[in-house]
Amino acid sequence: MNLTESQSEYLYFAPIYCTEQYCVCTVNLLENESMIDVKNLTKTFNKFVAVDDISFDVKKGEIFGLLGPNGAGKSTTIRMLSTLSRPTKGTATIGGYDIVKDDTEVRKLIGIVSEKMIMYNRLTARENLWFFGNLFNLPKNVLEKRIDDLLELVQLTKWKNSQVGTFSTGMRQRMNVIRALLNMPQVLFLDEPTLGLDPQSAVEIREFIKKINRENKTSILITTHMMSEADLLCDRIGIIDHGKIVALDTSTNLKKLISGADTTILKLEITNLTPELIITIRDLECVESVSQDNSTHVKVHAHGNDAFDTIIDSIRAQKGKIGSIENLQPTLEDVFLHITGHEVRDSADQKIPMGEHRHFAPPPRVR
Amino acid sequence: MDAKSLLSHSFRIAWKDLMELIRNRLGLVMLVLMPIFMMAMVGFIYPSNTSISKIPIALANEDAGYGNSTIGSQTFLTVLQGINSNTGMMTITNASNMDEIKDLVQKGDVYGGILIPSNFTSSIMTGEQGTIVIVVDQSNPQMSATIQAVLSGVFDQMGTMLAQQKVQGLNPAVNATNSLAIVKPYDIQTEGAVSGHSSYFDFIAPGIMAMTVMMSVMTGLPAAISQEKEVGTLDGMMVAPINRLAIILGKTLAQTARGLIQGVLILALAVALFGVTIQGSILLVFGLLLLGVFSFVGLGVVITSFAKDQETAMMIMMTLMFPMMFLSGVFFPIQQMPWYMQSVSKVLPLTYAATALRKVMVLGAQIPAITTELTILITFGIVMTAIAVPVFKRAMTR
Repeated sequence: MNLTESQSEYLYFAPIYCTEQYCVCTVNLLENESMIDVKNLTKTFNKFVAVDDISFDVKKGEIFGLLGPNGAGKSTTIRMLSTLSRPTKGTATIGGYDIVKDDTEVRKLIGIVSEKMIMYNRLTARENLWFFGNLFNLPKNVLEKRIDDLLELVQLTKWKNSQVGTFSTGMRQRMNVIRALLNMPQVLFLDEPTLGLDPQSAVEIREFIKKINRENKTSILITTHMMSEADLLCDRIGIIDHGKIVALDTSTNLKKLISGADTTILKLEITNLTPELIITIRDLECVESVSQDNSTHVKVHAHGNDAFDTIIDSIRAQKGKIGSIENLQPTLEDVFLHITGHEVRDSADQKIPMGEHRHFAPPPRVR
Repeated sequence: MDAKSLLSHSFRIAWKDLMELIRNRLGLVMLVLMPIFMMAMVGFIYPSNTSISKIPIALANEDAGYGNSTIGSQTFLTVLQGINSNTGMMTITNASNMDEIKDLVQKGDVYGGILIPSNFTSSIMTGEQGTIVIVVDQSNPQMSATIQAVLSGVFDQMGTMLAQQKVQGLNPAVNATNSLAIVKPYDIQTEGAVSGHSSYFDFIAPGIMAMTVMMSVMTGLPAAISQEKEVGTLDGMMVAPINRLAIILGKTLAQTARGLIQGVLILALAVALFGVTIQGSILLVFGLLLLGVFSFVGLGVVITSFAKDQETAMMIMMTLMFPMMFLSGVFFPIQQMPWYMQSVSKVLPLTYAATALRKVMVLGAQIPAITTELTILITFGIVMTAIAVPVFKRAMTR
């Protein structure tokens, strides 16, 4: 693992986003060694346990997703791994370097896109990148080339001399992402990278993340509260809730958890939907939960072989008029619900007593 | 991380901070206006010796005379008017008696009054003391003190003149000079340690300079760091492989530059508008300002480490700033304060910076004359920095 001076300074590394052959630091990992290795990581703030004894690993070139609701401990995990916060207990290594003892080495390896924009509004795009790039001691000509390449890559070249404060949210987020790439990180941390973006910008950012991962073999740890995003991007997903990783597997395998549990998910259109009808459905033996999407649509999670018939029968018995039925494939949302017993976003019709809710559950995120 | 990259990173951070400052037009205007306002305020509000003029005074002459002569009150009035026409200190309104004077004072038409009692001349003629009553306005203590001082001066001068005449009357052989020596055997001659006049401004300008530069670092540093912490940009620097000291150093450099710009502005204004002269070396003045900054940086960093957000930082700053402003002898000499306040004043570094700066600027002192102040400032700076660096490092990776 130990590198000689020359190796660690300028190792050959051919990234798409830079044609120059410099990078701040790189590591030589064994074939199946993990890029990020987290062991029993714990963080407590006073008495509140934000991250509770989590362990996982991220392989080289892998996109790993941490999925969970707000306040589950995702950001705290990322802050600890990116050396911004010290763990209370447990250890983690990045590229073989300990995040506490070898924090300077770790910092050379990583890039972070945090939830907040790391940009100075009064500086231009180029000045911002120039400033942050200089903190990595890159040679002047290398940094200049790299800034130009990165700006070109996210189509911001013509704005390079405009102050970042005048940018739209989408442009700012693209800046935020390329800022993290200035040192050509081996490990990229992305904390809710598409938060607050319009769908088009979100797609652009996701495509960009995939591209970086594919073409540079960058290991990526991404947090999100959006199931669809994790599903689209991640090789493996860790579902985190109340500071604990409650499930960890590929998207496909996580979904199998539900199918294996013999779950039926129905989306019903009932033209004369009443609250009484919802209660009737919810009180059925086989029904796990009911959520109302709008005035006519309900989504029903049920289990058992005859769940389908039972639900239809009970609706018909109550003189409910069924407009349409959809038998849904499980999404990660359903997986989350199945594993944690509650939905990612708090919604009206759940079969959980209030006592199980977190005392300070944050309000659902409005997008 | 070697010293070279520490310095280079610090300069990068300072450059970035100053760029942000330059781009902030309104902030830049305020940066220039603040010292101008400050100087104008203290310069024009505080009294200086020449500023007392045309104080409205009521005068009532009740002198009944001695025989047919009112020589006592006449002499007094002649002298009073003579002095007044030279200095223009008072505007005299005539009143008929004590009650009218009091009435005028109450109305606020005059700030004080002089009453010549009915027995004034007769007392003098019969060899007794002549008494003159000064009426003062208690609601305005500063003005009444001024009036008392002015009138006492007038009476003193008059008394001397009368006594001189009497001595000469007793013995014609005594000439005017000798008679003065008999009446007032002692005379005071005031001479400053340096030549030239000094005003309240000479006292206050060095203090304000020290205060502005040091305060701008002490308040600017926590404000700048906690603001970056709040916005999130501090994380960008924290994840870079740079020494934590570079962040402090860079921020300090930027704030120092900002403070020095203000300090120079104050100095220029003081010299151009208020006739302050710098007796000592200008290099020493700037050296002292930088030393003052050094002694304050540690304190600023400690506050930064404790304050979670910008608002808290500003509140802590305000709480600390006001006592420091008034207790450090910037506006009032610390010798005026009661002993317990003086001892508080003696632990504040600003006191020493202001004193040393005053010595250099007003008295033209060289380094040997300010060794004590220098030692205290350097010690304070080293101790605070020694506390601040580990505290900051820990606070940043909470």
